[in-house]
Amino acid sequence: MALFVQALVIIFAAFALSRAVLRLKGGELTFNQFFFWAALWIVAIIVAVSPDLLVRASTTLGIGRGVDLALYASIIILFYLNFKLLVRLDNIEQQITTLARNIALRKK
Amino acid sequence: MNRSLRRAPSASTGRVRAASKSLGGTKNRRIAHLKRVAIVPAYNEEQTIAKVIKDLKAEGFVVLVINDSSADATAAVARKAGATVYSHPINRGLGGALGTGFAAALANDADILVTVDADGQHLARDARRVADTVASGYDAVIGSRLIGTETEGMPFVRKAGNRVLNILTYLLFGVRCSDTQSGLRGFSRAGAQKISIRTNRMEVSSEIIKEIGRNKLRTTEIPIKAIYTDYSLRKGQRTLNGIRIMGQLFWQKLTR
Repeated sequence: MALFVQALVIIFAAFALSRAVLRLKGGELTFNQFFFWAALWIVAIIVAVSPDLLVRASTTLGIGRGVDLALYASIIILFYLNFKLLVRLDNIEQQITTLARNIALRKK
Repeated sequence: MNRSLRRAPSASTGRVRAASKSLGGTKNRRIAHLKRVAIVPAYNEEQTIAKVIKDLKAEGFVVLVINDSSADATAAVARKAGATVYSHPINRGLGGALGTGFAAALANDADILVTVDADGQHLARDARRVADTVASGYDAVIGSRLIGTETEGMPFVRKAGNRVLNILTYLLFGVRCSDTQSGLRGFSRAGAQKISIRTNRMEVSSEIIKEIGRNKLRTTEIPIKAIYTDYSLRKGQRTLNGIRIMGQLFWQKLTR
């Protein structure tokens, strides 16, 4: 069972990593963005290959189980991404307004 | 404290009224050639906008209507009533429309800018009083529905909601104002140039107060009368919206 989950995580992470590489090539990701995603998925693969690492890290941090550490980390990452997304959305809204404003001012 | 709004003498003391009366004579002639522009943001207001425009014109305003992509005949009705109409190609909300109004008014060489709701809840007479007060030497004037004796007519829930938003605005931005959500406000040209509007929707009212505080504009409030008809109540802010605005205020505080 554990083996099955490990395999699943590795396959999915590898797939996501390949997408990130393709997007970098296509110019849709900046290098910094690519670095972030690549690091994320590589860490996921490493942890899936040797779960002991995660357990050791969690005991060092004083968190009981390795899975708990993974869970906490993903929540933090998700919150961070959500915040970034909101800021981005705010900017896009602003740009649309600027666009609508300029059109309105041009032809009254 | 020094960032709080200097409360203009309320109607009961009569000093504001006295001030606008004393605008006669030489001072009046100097003020008379100041270009007064009324900014009227409008979204589906074909029923009320013609009267709003005519009344404002009668009080000496050049009227700019910002048609926020209305689905009805707002633009045509407004043009017929004698306003210059700027139309957003897509709906951007009150904040977006006000921002466009400021830009348009400044491009039209406005000396005094007054924002007026299109639903007919403001009296053109009050808009003139706001403009007169700006002319007497302020950069921003808020027409407050909640000072003086003219508060009757505002439903209780709305009064309470306004109070909460006022307190929150003070806590977050340090500006004391008795009616942060008022749609009737006046600005000098210099004041308007300093105000930068970023929010797109109803929370713009609080943002303007924030900008007044940030730029330390010379500000006052005067009492105005709000006419609450079934129509304007339907079109105005819902109670739930107040909660949304609160969230937005925190967001503004956080991200800027």
